[in-house]
Amino acid sequence: MDLPSPTGKSLRPVRPVWAVCGEKLLELLIRFCGVSAIIFVLAIFFFVFKEAAPVLWSKNFNLTQFLFSPEWYPTSVSNVRYGVLALIVGTVCVSGLAVLLAVPFSLGAAVFVSEFCGPKLKETLKIVIELLAAVPSVVWGFIGLTVTSRIVQQMTGAPVGVNILNGGIILALMVVPIITSISEDALKAVPDTFREAAVALGATRWQIVYRVLLPAAKNGLLAAVLLGVGRAVGETMAVLMATGHAVHLPLSVLDSVRTLTANIAAELGEAPAQSEHYRVLFLTGILLFFITFIINVTADFVVRGIRKK
Amino acid sequence: MTSNSISNRGIFLGAVNCLIASILLAGCGGKGGGTAKKTSIQVKGSDTMVNVAQAWAEEYKKISPDAAIEVSGGGSGVGIAALTKGTIDIATSSRNMKPEEIETAKKNTGKEPKEFIVGYDALGIYVHKDNPLTEITNEQLAQIFMEGGKVTKWSDIGVTIPGGANDEIVRVSRQSSSGTYEFFREHILNKKDFKLGSRDMNGSKEVVDLVASTPTAIGYSGMGYNEPGKVKMLKVASKPGQPAVEPSVANTLDKSYPIARSLQVYTLGEPSGELKKYIDWSLSDAGQKILEACGYVPLPAAAHTK
Repeated sequence: MDLPSPTGKSLRPVRPVWAVCGEKLLELLIRFCGVSAIIFVLAIFFFVFKEAAPVLWSKNFNLTQFLFSPEWYPTSVSNVRYGVLALIVGTVCVSGLAVLLAVPFSLGAAVFVSEFCGPKLKETLKIVIELLAAVPSVVWGFIGLTVTSRIVQQMTGAPVGVNILNGGIILALMVVPIITSISEDALKAVPDTFREAAVALGATRWQIVYRVLLPAAKNGLLAAVLLGVGRAVGETMAVLMATGHAVHLPLSVLDSVRTLTANIAAELGEAPAQSEHYRVLFLTGILLFFITFIINVTADFVVRGIRKK
Repeated sequence: MTSNSISNRGIFLGAVNCLIASILLAGCGGKGGGTAKKTSIQVKGSDTMVNVAQAWAEEYKKISPDAAIEVSGGGSGVGIAALTKGTIDIATSSRNMKPEEIETAKKNTGKEPKEFIVGYDALGIYVHKDNPLTEITNEQLAQIFMEGGKVTKWSDIGVTIPGGANDEIVRVSRQSSSGTYEFFREHILNKKDFKLGSRDMNGSKEVVDLVASTPTAIGYSGMGYNEPGKVKMLKVASKPGQPAVEPSVANTLDKSYPIARSLQVYTLGEPSGELKKYIDWSLSDAGQKILEACGYVPLPAAAHTK
């Protein structure tokens, strides 16, 4: 039974009103910061969709043609056609090649940095890798346009140096530092007890990496690779300069292509606001949004799936 | 994301790095702010003319230190689009403004765009320096560049590229915001579409650079970008059988070169104050000398003081 105190008040210490209100306010603010990311994503999606939507009902526009025709003639005088298949294929080819080139290198680098090298070299390598990530994308594009394109042309005998291979190499160089640093974190997160147990069982270093660390860090490594893919798909400036900017379905890695992002960057400036061309470019933006969204969701599911096992 | 942090002022593309940036750009209108003391003149548009516009701006600064002139390229279409929104003072263009663009400008800003022809350009057809070809007809060009055109290999028009295993023609074109692109489409392709798969460059200079490094390439660009020793400008005949004409100053002025065009600047309404002084100066002898030094064809002497 509660006994009333002699003064008639509760024994609990009472906080001043301003402190209570302040705390509530702060809580609200932090909560807002937390949800703001969702608000921003939704707002971006909403505004992009609002710009693009009217074209969906235009008689010049046909969704099947948009997705499955390689004929991109947005400013044609006689016959306007909006087909982005060639651009989608371009994006897939360049980013696919980039990831294919980047994954072995970056996983190897991550394993070396986290498992094999001494502390001093490790620090240096980490700094250099981060520096690589800080090179602006126009600079990469410039290198692609002037340096690697010549090398590619000389080595392969391709008619033009700016092609899928060139873009893939440049993009791989941009993606490597991202995959490396995230993979390295994932490997570092594997508890040392795993390594100790493996050593106790008489495993060699290679066996430790191959049989213990890689399976244990699997989800982190996958997340790293998928983030790299997202970066590769979204990159604009470097691919704009390094891939040759030609709308057609490529037959080999030595063909020039144009990517979805590069196309938006090159054409949005001239497309008169609210025109059909302008809206189709926004629709291309939504398409990109979906592609990266699917990649991210896949990454999430894969990581979760692995965690549950 | 490092990719967003860098944008090269002057190159529009640099600013549009990802979709978010592009939305912001599309959303923002309004006049670019000029400071109270300095008169700021914003010039944007044609890549063909960007060299000339830049040279003018630098030279004019010496004469009139109070004027701050900012020049950027992007293509004639980009300049005209910006002018119709009222965000710049002068649009440079290597093609004429279309009637619907003039309408949009009137609707958005309430002023009618005014055109000044500032010079002429012979649109050059460029090939690699080792290409044995010296002249070409309009018809051949159309067959090379047009959608459905039959010429895809150099051997189709009787040309053998020395030392090359490759016979396929690498077509070098421009992005669709380019005035040069539209001029070429109108005068060579008769408003038909380009063949897909051409390398669409973002600048006049890039076209010449790519042609210079590619023995099997053919491209078109302003005569001011000629680099003798690296590329070759072809003589052009308007019809088979007609004599092919060299893209020179004289042949441009007497209109014998079939694909010559005028270069123009546009302002919103009748220019006044510093803007008027600037345009008058660019049409004067001093301004025209600079244009000529950039490789273009100046106005005939009579038109200078108009």
